[in-house]
This record gives sequence, structure tokens and C-alpha cells, in this order.
Amino acid sequence: MSVLIHNLGAFGAGFRTTLALTLASFAGALAIGLVVASMRVSPVAPLRAAGTAYVETIRNIPLLVLLFLFFFGFPKMGIQYPPFPSAVIVMAAYTGSFVAETIRSGVNTVARGQAEAARAIGLTFPQSLRLVVLPQALRAVVAPIGNLFIALVKNTALASTIAVVELGSVYTRLITETAQPVAILFGATVGYLALALTGGWIFAEIEHKVAIKR
Amino acid sequence: MASPGFRAVLPGALCYNRRVGEADPAEDKRQLVVLEGVRKSFGDLQALRDIDLTVSAGEVVVLIGPSGSGKSTLCRCINRLETIDAGTILIDGMPLPQEGKALARLRADIGMVFQSFNLFAHKTVLQNVTLGPIKVRDIPKAEAAERGMALLERVGIADKADRYPAELSGGQQQRAAIARALAMDPKLMLFDEPTSALDPEMIKEVLDVMIELAKEGTTMIVVTHEMGFARSAARRVVFMDGGRIVETADPDTFFSSPSTERARDFLSKILAH
Repeated sequence: MSVLIHNLGAFGAGFRTTLALTLASFAGALAIGLVVASMRVSPVAPLRAAGTAYVETIRNIPLLVLLFLFFFGFPKMGIQYPPFPSAVIVMAAYTGSFVAETIRSGVNTVARGQAEAARAIGLTFPQSLRLVVLPQALRAVVAPIGNLFIALVKNTALASTIAVVELGSVYTRLITETAQPVAILFGATVGYLALALTGGWIFAEIEHKVAIKR
Repeated sequence: MASPGFRAVLPGALCYNRRVGEADPAEDKRQLVVLEGVRKSFGDLQALRDIDLTVSAGEVVVLIGPSGSGKSTLCRCINRLETIDAGTILIDGMPLPQEGKALARLRADIGMVFQSFNLFAHKTVLQNVTLGPIKVRDIPKAEAAERGMALLERVGIADKADRYPAELSGGQQQRAAIARALAMDPKLMLFDEPTSALDPEMIKEVLDVMIELAKEGTTMIVVTHEMGFARSAARRVVFMDGGRIVETADPDTFFSSPSTERARDFLSKILAH
């Protein structure tokens, strides 16, 4: 175990990067998810089509491929970002496609009459979505969005493939350097578990708090 | 609301600024809702066949008829919750606009009360009532809340203002829904079977509110099975069957001596008990 204590600094730095990567990507994923889900339920056909195209493209490509495409492929078209922002963009885009589908299924759980009543008092479609439908839809999908958060925590380990020095790359390096894989893996496991469990707990609290009395 | 330019060319539109319900014989001639040749199909089912109907300001028109006769569909077409396949619908002299901002503005002027209440489940009763005034009419929150409380007082549920819809009885929810519609100062109120989902005891509390509105001169189109309400509050009864208007008469005439065989048959069935 002393190997862990000796490398606590490296672990800490990796953990902080993983945390930052997770939070930034998740914030982006929520924003993308909200916009794309709104597009997919909109009465405007081209918006619906664009939303569907986005989801069906992004979510059906492996995250690793998306990372390589963005980090190694896009620079050939003049689009180039450093490793960390690249990872955030790709992870947000990827997780966002799942968030969009989750929110859309939440929208489907909101009774049709809610949107009709919203329109009947003179709210425009965007208003009725923002003020009536989405607030209820989001309450219904807190748990599955928590699942996506946990999946994202673990997916961030792939960012090591494009040179982001996060928890995953720290333990890969330390295993080689120290030749004590069990201890090092144990440390990494604790890091990911802490992040995922905390996230899961926060989502459970949110779910409990915003539940609608029916 | 009609644009000023449009008002000028409408011969019958001389008294537009008067509030609905103010006693003025000239006002009664103002045609608030005009349907001409309205048709609507759901797939193979023809829900509405060539409907012509005119409702004047201050009138209470009750639509009755058997299930599937098209009365709810007709009601929902008037604020374009259902689109029509043919014909025209004029609200206050203006054709119903396409989906968009203009339609939203028009809907704000038409109150609607649903069979299933449809109160916003995530908002308190008072928030339900003030949402439209705040977001559609841009009324300051404090003022909207004050007026909202007055309306809740009027429908007798001011003590429930901070409760959520699910905590209320059906009758209370429906009265809250009526208050929500009234909060927009509508020039027309649509009621789509407002008491059909209620226990018998709660029907009266909702009908009492509606009768009060009718007395005040609110223009109302009411789809209902409550013959008592039709008798006491309606100026006209419109009887529908198979997507057509079969008979239109004042309530006394309709209930005592309906002119069509179909209406007689319908009345004999529902009034037998």
C-alpha cells in the first residue's frame, strides 16, 4: 500500500482531471441533450430531422472512434483543440445524444393534456416546452440521467488515449513504473467508485426532492 | 384580438373595446365565433360534417349529443387544438391563424376548461392561475398573484392556493382550472365536458361556478351531459349526432318539444331515469 501513499500526488492530480472532465462533459451533455430533445419533439420537421440525425449518428459510433476522429482526424480539416477540451467536446457530444433520448422519453411520459392546457392559455410552443413540459419530463428522468452520469465517469478513462492525464492514464503509467498493479488498480478503483457513488447519491437526492405529487 | 387595420374594414365591429358581458343590446349582435362548412376527419371517421354555427357575444351555447357525435371535436377546433380539413372558423371576425405566435395570442383570449382538468402538475394552484398572465400578458408577478387570489376566492378555493393539483379533489381541481382560464380575461370560454370526470357531489360545485359566469354575461360554449345546466343557463342548445348539427333550439323548446326524431330518441334515453 505504501506505493499508493508515495504516489498520492499523481493520483490526486489524475482524480482532479477526471472530476473536471466529468463535470464539464456532463454540463455540456445536459445542454446538448436539452436542445436536441427539444428539436426532436418540435413541430418543425427540419428540426426534428436534424435532431434525429444527430442522435442516430453520434450514439452509434464507439466513443473511442469519436475521440480519435476528433483528435486526429479533425485537425486535417483545420479543427484542432488541445487534449482536454477535445475530450470534453467529444464526451459531451456523445453523452448528449443519450441524454437527448432520455429526455425525449421523459417528454412522452408527460400527459398530452398538459401541453394542450399550456397552449390553451396562450403559451407558444417553446414556452409550453420550457415552462410546462420539460420541467415535468426532467423530473421523470432523473434516475436514468444518473445512469448516464455514472457511465460518463467511467468513459472518461478513454480520454487517456488522446493524451489527457486523468486517473486512467495515471494508473496505467504507475503500473509500469512501480510494477505493483494490484495496489495501483485498487487506488484507481477507489477513485472511480468515489466519483460514481457520489454522483449516484446526488441523483437519488435530486429525484427524491423534485418528485411530483400525483 | 383583431388588429386595428382589420377592425376598420369589419362593418359589425364598432364596439370592440367593450368587455364581454356588459349589457348592451348592440353587443349581442357581435358574432364572436362563426363556423362555416367545417369538416374534420380522423382517418376514415368523419368527426365533423359541414358544421355551421354562429355564437354571439354574451351567449351561452350548450352542445349536447351522444358519445362520438363530434361535440368535443367541435369545441377543440374553435381554439385550434384540432385542425380542420375544410371550412372556415372566424373568431371575432378573424380567421383562425396557423400554428405560431398569432394563434398563441388568440388562444390567450379563449379560455378552455378540459374534462380532465389538465392543471400543471408541477405547479401550485396559484402558480397555475398566474402562469398565463405572467408569461403571456407580461403582468408583474405581484399583481398576477393578487388577481389570481381574487379569482381563487371567487371559485371558492383560495385556501388551496399553495397546494399542488394532486392534493385537491376533482371538483376543486376543475374550479382551479376555471380560475386559470379566467385569469387571461378571455372573451370566450370553452368547456369540454367539464363535469364528466367528477363525482356527483362535485358536479354541483363546478356547475355553480359556471352558472355564475353565465349570469355575468360570459360568452360560453359548453359541451356537457348536464341537462340541468343546459336548461337553466343555456340560451341555445345545439344537438349533434354523427358529426352534424341535427337541431338548434332554445332550451325550453328543445327539452319540451324537440323537432327531430333523433333528438327525441336521445332525450328519451337520458331523461328516462
